[in-house]
Amino acid sequence: MAETLHNLVLGFSIALSPPILLYAFVGCVVGTLVGVLPGVGPLAGISLLLPATFGLDATRAIVMLAGIYYGAMYGGSTTSILMRIPGEAASVMTCIDGYAMARKGRAGAALAIAAVGSYVAGTASVVGLMLLAPPLALFALRFGPPEYFALLVLGLLVLAYMSSGSMLRALAMATLGLLLGMIGIDQMTGYFRYSYGVVELGDGIGVVPVAVGLFGLAEILATAGLPTPPQVLRPALRELLPTRQEWRDSAWPIARGTVLGFLIGIVPGSAHIISSFVSYGVERRLSKRPEEFGQGAVAGVAGPESANNSATSGAFVPMLALGVPSGPIPAVMLAAMMVHGVSPGPLLIREQPGLFWGFIASMYVGNLVLLILNLPLVGVFVNILRVPYPILYPSILAFCILGVYAVNGSVVDVWIMLLMGALGYLLRKLGFETAPIVLGVVLAPMIEMALRQSLAMSDGQYAIFLTRPISATLLGVGLVLITLGLKPLVTRSLDWRARLALAEKGDEQR
Amino acid sequence: MAGAALVALALVVLWESRALPLGSLRNPGPAYMPVALALALLGFGALLIVLGKGTPDVSSVGWTEWRHAVAIFGVCAFAALALERLGFRMTIALALAFLLRVVERKGAIFSLVLSIAFAAGAFLLFDTLLRVPLPRGALGL
Repeated sequence: MAETLHNLVLGFSIALSPPILLYAFVGCVVGTLVGVLPGVGPLAGISLLLPATFGLDATRAIVMLAGIYYGAMYGGSTTSILMRIPGEAASVMTCIDGYAMARKGRAGAALAIAAVGSYVAGTASVVGLMLLAPPLALFALRFGPPEYFALLVLGLLVLAYMSSGSMLRALAMATLGLLLGMIGIDQMTGYFRYSYGVVELGDGIGVVPVAVGLFGLAEILATAGLPTPPQVLRPALRELLPTRQEWRDSAWPIARGTVLGFLIGIVPGSAHIISSFVSYGVERRLSKRPEEFGQGAVAGVAGPESANNSATSGAFVPMLALGVPSGPIPAVMLAAMMVHGVSPGPLLIREQPGLFWGFIASMYVGNLVLLILNLPLVGVFVNILRVPYPILYPSILAFCILGVYAVNGSVVDVWIMLLMGALGYLLRKLGFETAPIVLGVVLAPMIEMALRQSLAMSDGQYAIFLTRPISATLLGVGLVLITLGLKPLVTRSLDWRARLALAEKGDEQR
Repeated sequence: MAGAALVALALVVLWESRALPLGSLRNPGPAYMPVALALALLGFGALLIVLGKGTPDVSSVGWTEWRHAVAIFGVCAFAALALERLGFRMTIALALAFLLRVVERKGAIFSLVLSIAFAAGAFLLFDTLLRVPLPRGALGL
């Protein structure tokens, strides 16, 4: 504990230095904008802004990108409450009661509760991250290729299980992502695979064009031709203070959302989306007045908003400690770290303590910046929403092209984005989730390397995955998930994923 | 439809993997993992065909925004072709002007001013201030 505190002091000495503070601040502001803008979620936002960090050192770049990530999570609630349009997917549940509160004239209170809940959850979950990541990293030092292979396979299985809709579809998408990740030079033999003479494909398909195509461009393709969004409700500043009763009603949902969000965040999957859904369900079940949910229940805003912000920090635990991203957003963060010469994993905390603890401390600072920044500036962010979408989307499209091109200075990446955009548009229309594709692309080289190294170690014996306790346990958990995923096929009933898919679909249609 | 497309893609990957050594269990070659994944995709695609009776059909999905989608797709393709030939500013200004004026039917002067201002502003911010190199094209634009 004393060592942790000592390291935290080191982290704060870095995070409170003026340049790092400035980049945390810039990241939070830009992230909030990204979260507020419909169609630009945290995934596309981080991908697009990655090139802007190329001129920075690793610590500043990562602090800024993390600021964008949790800033986007904060910002997403604004559009949900004022427009009933989720700025990013995790805010879907906030739409229901947040917008209902806004229509009752309690928009300011809903925004304040969302901001305070996000702050409390964000700060508390960083404590969890700080305490959990170092021992997990120490444990992971025992991992060899078979354990990593099992862990990565489990990660994909959990993502597929946690995805809304059918597990079969999610697994198909993850496999598609893994296949896309096979393009390029084989790391062990130097063979060019499926590159058809395109030299730029030698390094493989980058995660940035895939993420921007599937999430940014596909969203624009699907929404640009739709009727204009509904009117924005504008809160007055004097309405920002919730009543004593509203504070009382939100206290426990915030606490529960924080714990739930962090725990779900650690598990691979689209944690921030799932956590807000689970939190909403829990709050409705525990409420003495469940009939108020959907009509402007404070707990329906406080719980999900706390949960999705807490999950953001939780998702950093496996990424920083194991070097294994738990979802598409941590995957892009991992790629961003690698661009800056940082390799997250068990050795990061030991070899680069300044970066790790500076990053942790900057998250405390960032959460405070967001709380101070968001409430007074909510009017400014709302004004951005007043820009008509037919003017807004061409600008977002231009940023997509710019961001994707700038990563490698390659037009091939723009073409990849274009193809992924078309693919994402079609898949979205047909009800497929595209997040597993992004994770598959990132994990493909790691999984392949771990598999081939394991087989080389065992002289071609697949039993190596079952004879080593850690990998056997991890694969056993994966098997349980597959069995659970198959259950609705056998019983012909709707499980929680199907209900989540229906809820998301219903919200899109409203 | 989606299941059939996945099956077709898996078959293409299997066909294209012929040229790569498969290796052995003891020493997997460069085609080992792609072939294994293609076989898995084949299985998933087949299962989707068999079990996917309740999934939406292509014709039953609403495609009302298709004109916009095609125009945006075309603009992106133009940008990919023109970016290094015409330069960032010219390409983005032309792309934005087309989207605003032709697709969204905004006023000519508004479209022109916004397109040029956005292209010049983005170039100034990223290339000049943040030092992210952007293409200038043959004309240095």
